Amino acid sequence: MRSFSNRYIFVFSLIMVTIVAVLLSFVSVQLKPRQDMNVQIEKKQDVLRSVGKAEQVAEAEDKNSYINEEFGLFITESYVIDFSGDLVEIDAFKVMLGLGAEIRRPQEERNYPVFVYSENGGPKKYVVPVRGKGLWGPIWGYVALEADLNTIAGAVFDHKAETPGLGSDINTGWFQEPFTGKTIFNEAGEFVSVEVMKGGADPSSMHQVDAISGGTITSKALEEMLKDCLTGYVAHFKAISQ
Amino acid sequence: MSNEKEPLFSAKNLKLLSEPLGQSNPITIQVLGICSALAVTVKLKPSIVLAISVLAVMAVSNVAISLLRKMVPPRIRIIVQLVIIATMVILVDQVLKAYAYDVSKQLSVFVGLIITNCIIMGRLEAFALGNKPWPSFLDGLGNAAGYGWILIAVAFFRELLGSGTLLDMQVIPQAFYDAGYVNNGMMILPPMALVVVGIIIWIQRARNKSLVED
Repeated sequence: MRSFSNRYIFVFSLIMVTIVAVLLSFVSVQLKPRQDMNVQIEKKQDVLRSVGKAEQVAEAEDKNSYINEEFGLFITESYVIDFSGDLVEIDAFKVMLGLGAEIRRPQEERNYPVFVYSENGGPKKYVVPVRGKGLWGPIWGYVALEADLNTIAGAVFDHKAETPGLGSDINTGWFQEPFTGKTIFNEAGEFVSVEVMKGGADPSSMHQVDAISGGTITSKALEEMLKDCLTGYVAHFKAISQ
Repeated sequence: MSNEKEPLFSAKNLKLLSEPLGQSNPITIQVLGICSALAVTVKLKPSIVLAISVLAVMAVSNVAISLLRKMVPPRIRIIVQLVIIATMVILVDQVLKAYAYDVSKQLSVFVGLIITNCIIMGRLEAFALGNKPWPSFLDGLGNAAGYGWILIAVAFFRELLGSGTLLDMQVIPQAFYDAGYVNNGMMILPPMALVVVGIIIWIQRARNKSLVED
């Protein structure tokens, strides 16, 4: 085998990494807008799904324009509030995209985005994004509340890396559907969130849903996430529902 | 080595393509790349995408290494191989994120883990470093296809028996469920991938005794 001088090895490596670096940055810059767009469309789709919209996305010819159209049509208002319920002048969508960073701050310092849904001037629904830590990675979701700001109108959850077939089931219908109709305040008007019960929810309880067998940590993490994120909205919800 | 030009699809070259599909299959014979075979085969769609991604990475990096084989200093050859594979994988990942976002989410870390797929490093080191670009290209295709078809076969059975669907479409009729049929939840769990791979290995060795070790 031919031997190579150290000088050659250095020069070879240098040229190689330069070529690779240029190539990768070029591709990254080229594809960035498309990738960002995908993320935004996904968030919009999730918001819509929590209020039972964007159902025909599989049949839509152009998914992106379909989602954008539906979002523009049904999400009539969006704003950001702080822990005490005062309005903050930032874009709600931006806050939602950066929710991962937001939830690392103490509850009192976070910004809380709200999306208001209304179909043809009908009753409003309020969609709030939630995010937390699952077993293997982040989990997140969107909770839609009826106009009374107490009853859950729909909830969707998703995850980055929960155990397939177990914790990963939080993004399936059988887990999400029972949330609909539950309430987050008890009769005395105190915030209680929704509990995810191992061993099955008490059917008469308005604040419990079934956990996933074999997915206890994910289920508990989801419960924790709801409590953690919804707490920040309590002041605001109380203010507007009076 | 003869100076005569070999036809592109000579028997020797075709063998490079066909052998990894069966007799020297990377998964069932060499038992490489098992980790991803366990992880992504719950559903058919991600398996197909991963198989195609591995195919692209493997064919291109095999050719690239083969072209560079006389220039690469042996002392840093492993590093060079890694850089080339990693570059290809990042490219595939970026393209998937832009054009097949849903699938890239399902595959999540496994696209990145193609870098550590032992089959690719193995072929670069064992074949591409010592052969011309065209045979290397065929060798890459063959091995990736050998890996891919096992992946897809395993996913086929796991999705069918575990979820009753294929490519997310319901194939087991509702009447079966009404009659008491239940999806086998075990099939969704990673260990069952090993069992399915084991059954494939068993069938293969039962039919071809020369593969059986003493």
